[in-house]
Amino acid sequence: MSQQKIKLATVWLDGCSGCHMSFLDLDERLLELAEKVEVVYSPLVDAKEFPEGVDVTLVEGAVSTEEDLHKIQIIRQRTKILVAFGDCAVTGNVPAMRNRFHIREVMQRVYEENATQSHNPPTDGVPALLPRVRPVHEVVKVDVFLPGCPPRADAIYFVLTELLEGRIPDTSAVTRFGA
Amino acid sequence: MRAPVKIKTLTIDGKEVSAREGETILQVARENGIDIPTLCYLEGLEPIGACRLCLVEVKGINRLVPACVTQVEEGMEVVTNSERLIKYRQMILELLFSERNHTCSVCVVNGHCELQRLAQRLGVTHIRFPYRYPNLPIDASHERFVIDHNRCVLCTRCVRVCDEIEGAHVWDVMGRGINSRIIADLNQPWGTSEVCTSCGKCVHVCPTGALSEKGKAVAEMEKRRQFLPYLTVMRGGRQ
Repeated sequence: MSQQKIKLATVWLDGCSGCHMSFLDLDERLLELAEKVEVVYSPLVDAKEFPEGVDVTLVEGAVSTEEDLHKIQIIRQRTKILVAFGDCAVTGNVPAMRNRFHIREVMQRVYEENATQSHNPPTDGVPALLPRVRPVHEVVKVDVFLPGCPPRADAIYFVLTELLEGRIPDTSAVTRFGA
Repeated sequence: MRAPVKIKTLTIDGKEVSAREGETILQVARENGIDIPTLCYLEGLEPIGACRLCLVEVKGINRLVPACVTQVEEGMEVVTNSERLIKYRQMILELLFSERNHTCSVCVVNGHCELQRLAQRLGVTHIRFPYRYPNLPIDASHERFVIDHNRCVLCTRCVRVCDEIEGAHVWDVMGRGINSRIIADLNQPWGTSEVCTSCGKCVHVCPTGALSEKGKAVAEMEKRRQFLPYLTVMRGGRQ
């Protein structure tokens, strides 16, 4: 592998940011990674647009809105290795618990039955919800699955270092659904 | 005088083993340190071959056979871990996950679940089938226990332990195929069952978070099964 840094992106769709928190739990290993990796797009850096030619993207969260759907398609086009990062991306997890209800029932429950002020669902500045929350691989091709809620920092480190070595990691050795 | 035990010899994964007549492939495999994955099987309960995870290949038989209900025969050649078997076992687990709402991260048995453990062991890192998201109820009418149908895999361990060990037969299965559902008595709230003794055996044999004790939060429920082999011995070794 050349000395050129790997371009890493992380994105946050419908999730709680817990996977990103777990990523930060890499602690001093972040310094080690920073030698080999350039973070080109992430909630943790100040890039506005998802760039071209990304080597690895960690996708936290399920696909829940029109915006998520749009984003993930662009991300897929511009990424070599796409990692479904955490249970929401891998299984739909908690966001997908709304899937057993019709979207109308969900909106009614949140914005009417349980609302104390406004009684209308917001329409401005928020993306429309999809009828069903989907795991990432139901929408675009996923190359590596990293389950866990959140995956432990050790598991994230394992996956990233394996990818840096040019190997596709076997994640069941280090994590599982709900881990 | 008991009749002398007849011994059968066979090979499992190329290893020569001997077994008593009447033993199953699963029993003999485990006695010899060969671990075949199982889900509906539980030592001490009548095996039923329902989950199909223990399917094995037997030379000369043109289909796969469930190890938990197939008796050994002289000269059998059994394979327990071929690529084909692993593929089918992964598919079975994925179908179970897709069929109901197993959200491991918010489950009472997270970290102590047989389904979750099997998925990890068999390398299931995602579910290739579309999830069905059925809208299934949770029955919390019993004063001490809860049944969450969203997490049930229909292994019927609860049905069997209640019938075979406790002798109350509160549980049964209603419906067919994908619409099958565990029911209490005549399909009524568990808390209204007149025959339930509240012994909790069903809760503790359940492999997932479908049956749990009230008052347990995420990952707090652990199942205790020490009573099963003991009760089997007390019943005179009857399976």
